[in-house]
Amino acid sequence: MRNAFLRTAVGAGLVLALAACGGEPTESTTGGGAAAGGDTIKVGLLHSLSGTMAISEVTVRDAELLAIEEINAAGGVLGKKLEPVVEDGASDWPTFAEKANKLISQDKVATVFGGWTSASRKAMLPVFERHKALLWYPVQYEGLESSPYIFYTGATTNQQIIPGLDYLKEQGKTKIFLVGSDYVFPRTANKIIKAYAAANGMTILGEEYTPLGHTEYSTLTNKVVQAKPDAVFNTLNGDSNVAFFKQLKSAGVTAESMPVLSVSVAEEEVTGIGVDNIVGHPVAWNYYQTTENAANTKFVAAFKAKYGAAKVTSDPMEAGYNAVYLWAEAVKKAGTTEVEAVKKASGGIALERPEGLVTIDGETQHMYKTARIGIIQPDGLIKEVWNSGEPIKPDPYLKSYPWAGSLAS
Amino acid sequence: MTATLEKPPVTEAPVKEPRDWRGPALFALVAVIGLVVMPLVLEPFRLGLLAKYLTYAIVALGIGLAWGQGGMLTLGQGVFFGLGGYAMGMHLKLNDAGDGLPDFMVWSGVETLPALWEPFRNPVFAIAMVVVVPGAIAWLLGTLVFRQRVRGAYFAILTQALAAAMVILLVGQQGLTGGTNGLTNFFEFFGQDVAADSTQRGLYFTVAIVLGILFVGAWQLQRSRFGRLLLAVRDGEDRVRFLGYNPATVKTITFTLSAVMAGIAGALFVPIVGIISPALLGVVPSLELVVAVAIGGRFALAGAVLGAILMGYAKTYFSEELPDAWLYLQGALFILVIGLAPKGIIGILGSLRRKKEVAA
Repeated sequence: MRNAFLRTAVGAGLVLALAACGGEPTESTTGGGAAAGGDTIKVGLLHSLSGTMAISEVTVRDAELLAIEEINAAGGVLGKKLEPVVEDGASDWPTFAEKANKLISQDKVATVFGGWTSASRKAMLPVFERHKALLWYPVQYEGLESSPYIFYTGATTNQQIIPGLDYLKEQGKTKIFLVGSDYVFPRTANKIIKAYAAANGMTILGEEYTPLGHTEYSTLTNKVVQAKPDAVFNTLNGDSNVAFFKQLKSAGVTAESMPVLSVSVAEEEVTGIGVDNIVGHPVAWNYYQTTENAANTKFVAAFKAKYGAAKVTSDPMEAGYNAVYLWAEAVKKAGTTEVEAVKKASGGIALERPEGLVTIDGETQHMYKTARIGIIQPDGLIKEVWNSGEPIKPDPYLKSYPWAGSLAS
Repeated sequence: MTATLEKPPVTEAPVKEPRDWRGPALFALVAVIGLVVMPLVLEPFRLGLLAKYLTYAIVALGIGLAWGQGGMLTLGQGVFFGLGGYAMGMHLKLNDAGDGLPDFMVWSGVETLPALWEPFRNPVFAIAMVVVVPGAIAWLLGTLVFRQRVRGAYFAILTQALAAAMVILLVGQQGLTGGTNGLTNFFEFFGQDVAADSTQRGLYFTVAIVLGILFVGAWQLQRSRFGRLLLAVRDGEDRVRFLGYNPATVKTITFTLSAVMAGIAGALFVPIVGIISPALLGVVPSLELVVAVAIGGRFALAGAVLGAILMGYAKTYFSEELPDAWLYLQGALFILVIGLAPKGIIGILGSLRRKKEVAA
């Protein structure tokens, strides 16, 4: 077959035929789909199951599957069982957008629980807004966002970063060095931290970013050590933390001489970093495996029973687990899975969760959450040393903080 | 399928090759499938995905031209794809923002619009840049390296480094480029709601027609004197030089054309998929497309197009059916095809065809 044109034609025809056949099975499954009125309600779970974020996001998916299983065991929602449809965001933001579109348009899911990085959320946001579908996003983030089609079950800045700064200030740490991964969360968080510092008499000695996945920290550690800060505010994400904390330890930095406050290191990550490298350093979250209440005892036991005794539970997992329960509660209250009705019914829903009382703020679709500062223990768990006493009202645009006036413009 | 060996006797004067109706006829058939059948059969979501694969096919066509025909293994086509995509993305962002700033600049702490962005308000300028920027960069790069007789693995590594550098540059300049997030959340595409089914349908037709035009163009180029010269450069650059041609010029022109194609693909990709980010133009996506071209068959332009569409489709299919294991399957498929058929799928089709001819 010498004719190139002929080859194209045959080839292209083949592919198009394939595409046509392939499209069919998926369509037929949606035809008999559940959202319309079968005995199940489909819900989407969209996390990275491959790529650099998989290690963190798989645990959130597991927690969400546990919640679905528990809700089904208790009779489901509106008399129907929940049926999870799992997709892989592959640590790639455009893939998140594509898969979100697939879950909404093809699978016709009632809602989606998904995302971890802010970049994945920003990529999914237009998809949910255009389709008027719901996303439950389970991770603490940088604030300055309030999409009418996203519920944020993790902390916004005034429930994590600002309490973290308050804690450092209380401890007399006024000279701070900022270290972060190079993407939207650390950069925006540091913008907020700088505004806070300027208003609270703290000095920022330096601000350094490394790409996601970066693992060479000797230069950066030298810069930090030479600047002699009282404390480091760490917004590194993922496996970079492993290299960073190892390097700090070998440079002789200890939790006593220079505490490093992290906002993206939880129980799961401590195991990866190695307890020896990070023991004694503070972290800021809303939930720890050690948080004491009946709901948490039950959650930790159920998680270990399902996934293994060696597994730990962490804040984003708990927020993902909560998201399923909060959505189910809103659906029960609304009497339907219809998005606008669920949104309307959600305001004011309050549940006792492993982290304590969680209430949905109907206006911002964020949660009232209790801020907790913890210290990493030699056994790899985190012990709470401070909490805000009561759930803090979410303020994603920091409107109630005069020093933050210029940030949200 | 039997009347194939009706070739003119070798002794006949080299006038016009007899017109082969099969190629154009099959091309027309594919065009009908693409422009009539697919839009009728596929739901909007699937049609959107096909449109995305077709943008990849445009990049692959350029790779087929540069690598398959010209022997230039370019591992950095993502750079040109990205340049085209960002040019389009910047225009759409500014158009949506009106008098204000694009959303990501607000949360990145940028207070005034960077001067680089200002001219992209003008749609004509933005569309011109889609072609001009990738073309100019490829021309400059080509002029510099091909004159120095940089080729083979050195050229491949150079283009790959370019892709890696581009990603670092984009990620580091969050206020200017949107950082890792890239540019997303577009509302309007030249007066249309970008998410509307009618707009997406129109974009599908646009990308299909653009691919068709570029394919015919590339095919004509391949058949022309220039195409023969390009093949000659691929197979014996020094001999071509001794014959009095300048291989550097031939290669630069081809490389520039392939870059322009990637730029156009990037610009079409943005309204179809709704995002452009560094992850789409780094080393990995650039390599994936080269692998796709290899799978389809790099020595035929059709193979490049086929490979890209097939890869896009396989990626979606495997990841939907087996979200936990799809990457392994995709890898296995690549190894299988490349291992068993170095000339790709088109090569398999070709040899099947030849066997038939011999048997007949």
